[in-house]
Amino acid sequence: MRSEDQNLLKALLDGEFPDESGRFGVFGGQYAPETLMPALKKLEKNIKIFLKDKTFQEEFVKELNSWAGRPTALTYAKQLSKRWGVEVFLKREDLTHTGAHKINNALGQAMLAKKLGVKRIVAETGAGQHGVASAAACARVGLPCTVYMGAIDIERQAPNVDRMKQLGTEVISVMSGDQTLRAAIDEAFRDWVSDPENTHYIIGSVVGPHPFPFLVREMQSIIGKEARQQMLNVEESLPDAVFACVGGGSNAIGLFHAFLGDSEVELFGIEAGGTSDDLGENAATLASGKPGILHGTYSMLLHDNDGLIQETHSVSAGLDYPGVGPEHAFLQSINRVKYSSARDDEALELLREVCEYEGILPAIESSHAFVEAKKWAKDNKGKRILIGLSGRGDKDMPTLSKLMHE
Amino acid sequence: MFGGQYIEDRIKAPKAPGPAIIPFITAGHPNAEDFKQTLYDLAKKADVIEIGVPFSDPMADGVTIQRSSHMAIENGVTLTWIFSQLKEIKLDTPIVLMSYLNPLYVFGLKELVEASIESGVDGYIVPDLPIEESKELNDQLTDAGLALIQLVTPATPSDRIEMITKQSSGFIYAVTVKGVTGGENALSADVTDYLEQVHEISKIPVCAGFGIRDKSDVEMIAEHVDGIIVGSAIVETIEQGNSPTEFLDRLKN
Repeated sequence: MRSEDQNLLKALLDGEFPDESGRFGVFGGQYAPETLMPALKKLEKNIKIFLKDKTFQEEFVKELNSWAGRPTALTYAKQLSKRWGVEVFLKREDLTHTGAHKINNALGQAMLAKKLGVKRIVAETGAGQHGVASAAACARVGLPCTVYMGAIDIERQAPNVDRMKQLGTEVISVMSGDQTLRAAIDEAFRDWVSDPENTHYIIGSVVGPHPFPFLVREMQSIIGKEARQQMLNVEESLPDAVFACVGGGSNAIGLFHAFLGDSEVELFGIEAGGTSDDLGENAATLASGKPGILHGTYSMLLHDNDGLIQETHSVSAGLDYPGVGPEHAFLQSINRVKYSSARDDEALELLREVCEYEGILPAIESSHAFVEAKKWAKDNKGKRILIGLSGRGDKDMPTLSKLMHE
Repeated sequence: MFGGQYIEDRIKAPKAPGPAIIPFITAGHPNAEDFKQTLYDLAKKADVIEIGVPFSDPMADGVTIQRSSHMAIENGVTLTWIFSQLKEIKLDTPIVLMSYLNPLYVFGLKELVEASIESGVDGYIVPDLPIEESKELNDQLTDAGLALIQLVTPATPSDRIEMITKQSSGFIYAVTVKGVTGGENALSADVTDYLEQVHEISKIPVCAGFGIRDKSDVEMIAEHVDGIIVGSAIVETIEQGNSPTEFLDRLKN
């Protein structure tokens, strides 16, 4: 790393980012409609209070442990280790209640919203995992919840739609725009704008206007804190490399954060490479995007020369997003995290390998991380790696069944 | 005459008695060929014309403008195209572009100012650019005499209304409802109190918009504002093949 990058990293570690204007370096900010500004400022103020409040933190940790199933296991992947020639460890967010890391953030924000005295929750969902997590968390804290979900995602993640409804959440099918995660976020914002005082929007990833990227990161950083300590307990050593998939990037930020200061640990974020490198056929925002403004934040973005946001493609609904969290854009700009992408077919191949040799069905999203890890292992025999297994693949069974019978 | 001062002057001296009328259309909707003619027609009645630059993710807009925006994109409408069309016509009415930030940012702020002056654009409304983020664009525009029209809403506290009006030029856009454009709900009874409050604080003209659909809406707020913005209702009129000028006539008569 160059010395100016070192300084920026140090500023991040010292808590100087996000700064007063909600930025990580140049990325981030608060590009929101005026109607939301008072609500965002109120949220900003309350986050400062509650994230430092001991009682709230204790309640949060208690709920994470007794209701959401934390801490999650660190699993030594015996067969993969043998096959790849590296020591492979998995951080098992798939073992949490509702089956993905999303529950950490949904629970934390639902508890915060309850403290703020709002009357209802809105959320968006892509793969359905954040929707299910929000539905469960809202039921737990006693708040009504409305989830916006793209019509295309409703079809490919059908089991999760009924789960949300079973948990008492209203699911609204979004027919506008690209009918996936991006359109669902647009629609959740529109709902929030109509009643910002009484509604809290539980955004599902480290995206959106400040303070959301910061808030969601704080809720998710438990993943890396646990994993780092578990590595030290089990191996008495840190991993040489850490891998996580990146859509909006919440599980990756959550896993990476505890390791950012460990300069000997290489960090890798893996985006959805879709079917090809051409614009519109992937969701590899950091690998092939340009800076721009979407959903309230300045970050890397897949858009054309007229500034129109491009449709994306990925077999995994959870990574199918044209933007990415501003902190990831920052970490890329200072060369602390390397970002690459994995294709649909590569991810599916690794999903099968993890099933067959470890008896774990990972989400298609999480399978993207395994692709890069396996490639890296080829040139780094004997090293120790940690892979973020962000969620379980049960929700992908409709897609997988279709492929099995083709 | 051009820019912020031009807009302000026209709002203070409307073409017909009553508040100034500011129709909104999405550029190139429902078809690109009629764009210039529609502007000529509107200019007969309108005191300022607001033109929507289509965007793929119009998160502050309701279903009507989402639909018109989508259709315009399908018709190949871009910011560059809009400038090229405007260069070919001469209107005696100020032009304001409503655009989300990303298309403007990608176009380049310096280039934007040049193109605006060349094509007779007097100001901008940017719904996803609160005052906290607007300094760069505001400086570029106001240095060239162009307007950045800022928005206030019923959710905006009074000290913030004051900050916003100070940084606005041309007029201040008073959003009448919480929510997106073209709302189904009628204007609430206390909307006049809110508009009076904005009026009292603001040193520049106050124009109200969002959810204003007909003559009765105009009558309800006419005395409390300097101008009225009509968006979704006129977009629907044009979409149905009806005359936008007749629609504008009916707002006041």
